Amino acid sequence: MSSSYDSDTSGAGAAAGREVSGRLPWMLVLPAVAGLAFLVLPLAGLLVRAPWSTLLQRLAEPQMLEALRLSLLCATAATVVCVLLGVPLAWLLARVEFPGRRLARALVTVPLVLPPVVGGVALLLVLGRRGLAGQWLESAFGITLPFTTVGVVVAEAFVAMPFLVISVEGALRGADRRFEEAAATLGASRWTVFRRVTLPLVMPGVVAGAVLCWARALGEFGATITFAGNFPGTTRTMPLAVYLALETEPEAAVVLSLVLLTVSVVILAGLRDRWVNSP
Amino acid sequence: MFRLVFRRLSRWAVAAPVALVIAGLSGCGSAEPAASPASAAAGAKEVNVFAAASLTGTFTELGRTFEAAHPGTTVKFNFGSSATLAQQIVQGAPADVFAAASPATMKTVTDASLASGPATFVRNKLEIAVPKDNPAKVDELKDLTDPKVKVALCAEQVPCGAAAVKALEAAGLKVTPVTLEQDVKATLTKVELGEVDAALVYTTDVIAATGRVQGIDFPEADKAINDYPIATLSKAPAGDLAKQFVDLVLSPQGRDVLTKAGFQSP
Repeated sequence: MSSSYDSDTSGAGAAAGREVSGRLPWMLVLPAVAGLAFLVLPLAGLLVRAPWSTLLQRLAEPQMLEALRLSLLCATAATVVCVLLGVPLAWLLARVEFPGRRLARALVTVPLVLPPVVGGVALLLVLGRRGLAGQWLESAFGITLPFTTVGVVVAEAFVAMPFLVISVEGALRGADRRFEEAAATLGASRWTVFRRVTLPLVMPGVVAGAVLCWARALGEFGATITFAGNFPGTTRTMPLAVYLALETEPEAAVVLSLVLLTVSVVILAGLRDRWVNSP
Repeated sequence: MFRLVFRRLSRWAVAAPVALVIAGLSGCGSAEPAASPASAAAGAKEVNVFAAASLTGTFTELGRTFEAAHPGTTVKFNFGSSATLAQQIVQGAPADVFAAASPATMKTVTDASLASGPATFVRNKLEIAVPKDNPAKVDELKDLTDPKVKVALCAEQVPCGAAAVKALEAAGLKVTPVTLEQDVKATLTKVELGEVDAALVYTTDVIAATGRVQGIDFPEADKAINDYPIATLSKAPAGDLAKQFVDLVLSPQGRDVLTKAGFQSP
């Protein structure tokens, strides 16, 4: 962050850039610091209240590792699903004119505004045992999604996909289309253009979207508990374990939250430096 | 889930006119000093009642009775899982009365010296709840051990889950559920939607969901009866009013409302 700021101000900059470097505008700095504090203070609260003396003992509990493993596995699987379906969807929304495109664009964001619990109920009504599609899935293939690990992945993918689609669509719309046009005039098919030109161009957007998507999936709670239930080893991910622990052992809930936070911050920070630095 | 939301909405729908009427009454009260003793004390008063989710219907009704008997008084409810409510009280939530679904959750509060001498006011029994058409043909507790039968139970950390474990132990049966739900209403919802073939919930929940689920009695339920304790909190801001609300719950009138909903007398 700071390095990009430095390079902006000291770089080949116009006169305006030099002027900006003089004094930080407090109108921006004050709310920025307040915003940062607002986001970071709850984290500090967790750290202060953590039962440090029994931390190691609690960390070694098998249920904890089980929930963590399940969380990482499901969030990653959900991200893969989102990339496989979401990137083509973003391409469709950004590059293909079709009737109802604006409506489709709006519908994609529905999971963002829908309370996750409602999303879970909606999934049950469609993919549940008596759901519109679920009924058929069960009678034809003997597949039931609720109460299975696959169900967790479905719930997480449903909630997280918009993050990927919006990010990739934004990148696609911002990408210079002349490269694609040049490739097309040279005889490349649309598929080749997408694979060899478009996708490499928007790769940073895809990665940023996938990271957001993964983070959202990792923290997913409402849709998961409603659609997939809550059973240790198959569907009890970290957020569900935290919620249940709050009932009887608030200390354990704090430990679980800390573990989830640490793991996600480490992974996100690692990815951010590597992939998501330059827009 | 929808039902919960709806119930919450309808509670608001009830609360809003009640609040308006009370506002009107208290306005009149200040104009005419010769009001009833309860409202004369200090205008509008409030009793905050923290009660187990399974008491939602009955306590809302008793609250309305109480408000009618004590003009100028509002009874505010916080319904939820008993364990969560106990934690909230220990963390300093401003409660006057706590009605829990298990002695263990009440103990959290009495251990913190926030209440003393809880009284058992009702008992609740488990029943097997199955979808209306009973697709798995469940008719006794033993049927739940069949691996083909999908069963939902409450998590052991909440009272209905603890009772389920006790009943299954008493019967010497081992059931592998597909999910351990957070509270009894969530467990029942899974039955209503037909996602599971059976669940262990309270008799009162089955009665509340009449027409959407079927209840099946089982003898081992007698070994896992849940006592519901109620107590006023020692720091109750409403003071005497809190005690009067508890008295109403323990009165024959209160018992009548509760038994009609399927609770048993202690």
